[in-house]
Amino acid sequence: MIARATPTTMAVRVRGLSDRAIAWLFITPTMALLLAINIFPLIWAVYLSFTNFRANRPNAEVEGVGLRNYQRVLNDPDTWIAMQTTAHFVFWTILLQTVIGFALAYLIDRKFRGHAFWTTVILIPMMLSPAVVGNFWRFLYQPQIGLFNYIVSFFTGIPPSSFEMLGSVTLAPWAIIIVDTWMWTPYVMLICLAGLRSIPDYIYEAAEVDRASAFRQFWSITVPMALPFIMLAVLFRGIENFKMFDMVMLLTGGGPGSTTEVASITLKREAFESWLTGRSSAFAIVLFVAVFGLANIYVKALNKVKQR
Amino acid sequence: MRKKTKALMGMSSALVLSTAMPGMAKADELTLCWAAWDPANALVELSKDFTAATGTTMKFEFVPWPNFADRILNELNSGGKLCDLLIGDSQWIGGSAENGYYVKLNDFFDKEGIKMSDFAEAAVNAYSTWPKGTPNYWALPAMGDANGWFYRRDWFAKPELQAEFKEKYGRDLGPPQTWDELKQVAEFFTGREIEGQKVYGAAIFTERASEGITMGATSALYPYGFKYEQTGGKYDMDGAVNSADAVAGLEAYKALYKCCQPPGYTDSYMGEGLDAFKSGQVAMAMNWFAFFPGLYKDEKVGGDKIGFFVNPKQKVAASTLGGQGMSVVASTDNMDGALAYIKWFAQPDVQKKWWALGGYAVHNAVLNDPSFKVSQPFAADFLVAMNQVQDFWQEPSYAILLQAMQKRLHDYVVADQGTAQQALDSLVNDWKEIFEDEGKL
Repeated sequence: MIARATPTTMAVRVRGLSDRAIAWLFITPTMALLLAINIFPLIWAVYLSFTNFRANRPNAEVEGVGLRNYQRVLNDPDTWIAMQTTAHFVFWTILLQTVIGFALAYLIDRKFRGHAFWTTVILIPMMLSPAVVGNFWRFLYQPQIGLFNYIVSFFTGIPPSSFEMLGSVTLAPWAIIIVDTWMWTPYVMLICLAGLRSIPDYIYEAAEVDRASAFRQFWSITVPMALPFIMLAVLFRGIENFKMFDMVMLLTGGGPGSTTEVASITLKREAFESWLTGRSSAFAIVLFVAVFGLANIYVKALNKVKQR
Repeated sequence: MRKKTKALMGMSSALVLSTAMPGMAKADELTLCWAAWDPANALVELSKDFTAATGTTMKFEFVPWPNFADRILNELNSGGKLCDLLIGDSQWIGGSAENGYYVKLNDFFDKEGIKMSDFAEAAVNAYSTWPKGTPNYWALPAMGDANGWFYRRDWFAKPELQAEFKEKYGRDLGPPQTWDELKQVAEFFTGREIEGQKVYGAAIFTERASEGITMGATSALYPYGFKYEQTGGKYDMDGAVNSADAVAGLEAYKALYKCCQPPGYTDSYMGEGLDAFKSGQVAMAMNWFAFFPGLYKDEKVGGDKIGFFVNPKQKVAASTLGGQGMSVVASTDNMDGALAYIKWFAQPDVQKKWWALGGYAVHNAVLNDPSFKVSQPFAADFLVAMNQVQDFWQEPSYAILLQAMQKRLHDYVVADQGTAQQALDSLVNDWKEIFEDEGKL
């Protein structure tokens, strides 16, 4: 098929500009906007990370401090505790959301009676605002009046006010994982469902002819063919949860102590409560490099899976 | 064509002007920024007199406490014009003075005959001066405050509880005088069923994000003998911040938290403490004096049912300072109006009305009035508290100093990590690093 040339009338309207010039004309505003709101702040943050700048001291002299901010960030035990907390949160939320999300998608894909209704019901948590979710789970977890403690009490016999989901060092990280899983499993389910529905029926029919068992069909057809979709869901959730802030802030504020202080909360505290702008910029760059590096490795693996 | 161009220019100018107008302050309008709490409502009422006298319309920007510092400090840092006047926290004064956010008021006070000696000395030192101990004034003392206590007087008066307490501790059940007594009383009430509800001993501050646990724990630390420095102004914190007395104070605070705080109050500050008391969950609660007028008026737990007491002593008598001074924001477009408000607010009659409406005036005309102590059931305690207040660092780097303390205290008290000694040793190291960066060590 041969591409059509730009109509002469169009060329006349733009006063003899070449196709390339027209392309630039259209793309420049977007490029300028991207540079202004994405690239410039990034470069600026890199610059600030090598200075002692503090946003609450506009009159103070800004001095270069070399690698000191990076040195302090990387040598600070609190940084690594925050990274461990983040890793714990990311690992368990992704694991639970993927397993439960895929299982739900597998069930919904059976197309039983009323499956459309149940799909909508399952999707409701995902449609809520994290601020709303954080607030109402705070009430659910309240040890004296919260529904969650009463449900646990009903099944286990443990007195409801004898444990605190948000106030206990051991339970608080799991309290957040439960809420995030409750909210975002439907999202993973949706992506997995798209993957399952993209598998052509004739492959299963051929497997039936070959007398493959249901288990064999699941492991040899369903899982490999849905895998790129599952990996995509893991990538999206991984990036989202690595920078998780709002829900943790609303549920525990990073506490008790620093038990649930994920990296983004540490960053916010350094940047906007302690006003260590230079140091927090260095921390932000470290986080950016970590996420960017991990995401790149992961995308390469994803592409390999797709090409199989 | 020319007509069209003119029309277009006219329209665009109108558009630009109309979008710019809201940001421009009117000469006869003032915006006062403060925290959103009971005294702010009293100030709105009081300011009606200023409007009546001058014709200036007063606008108010009240920010809830948990966001107050974030919101207002961002405003100051960005050179915003939201506030003409600001009733800012005492700890902000060092940074705001050094960064040029507040107007220095010495010349204005001299010109208008406003004397700082007319105000309580502790309040002037805490709310107005920077550097500390010098007569450089950046604010007018506006709202005196300290951390105090209130209790269920009706529960304390129950004969059966009185008898049981006397048998157990050999003294009458009453407002505790020391931190040891405070814990005993709190333990006595914890777990009891009163009026069909399980109750707890005391609601104390444990909030992590802003300043809560620091303000609460210092109410134990100061009476036990905690000091910020061995020698004032030398930043020699070793042996002061982490002294044996300070460790004992922090252990006492944690013991009170562990024994007697209601379940779920692991991140609680003013609002949560008031809720715990008003809902009948606790026998005692700590909170700022600013809330006491509202509590006394409360239909459910106020009146005869409530009593007040000053922070208990231990080795020494001490209370944690609250309260704020009123400053003129340097970037205001209505400097004359803002200064006129300060001049009006400093008048003795206005200060008397301020106290009557529920604001904590610290003008001597109010405090030295013979009827002051009996004017409210908590007035006498307020006077005692204001004479024994201690404040957190007021350094320009107060925000980072505060965050370090919030973390160390919450890690120890609520999250059970390490010992009190370790928490305070770590705090000394954090603070040393901060002061080294500041070039003060």
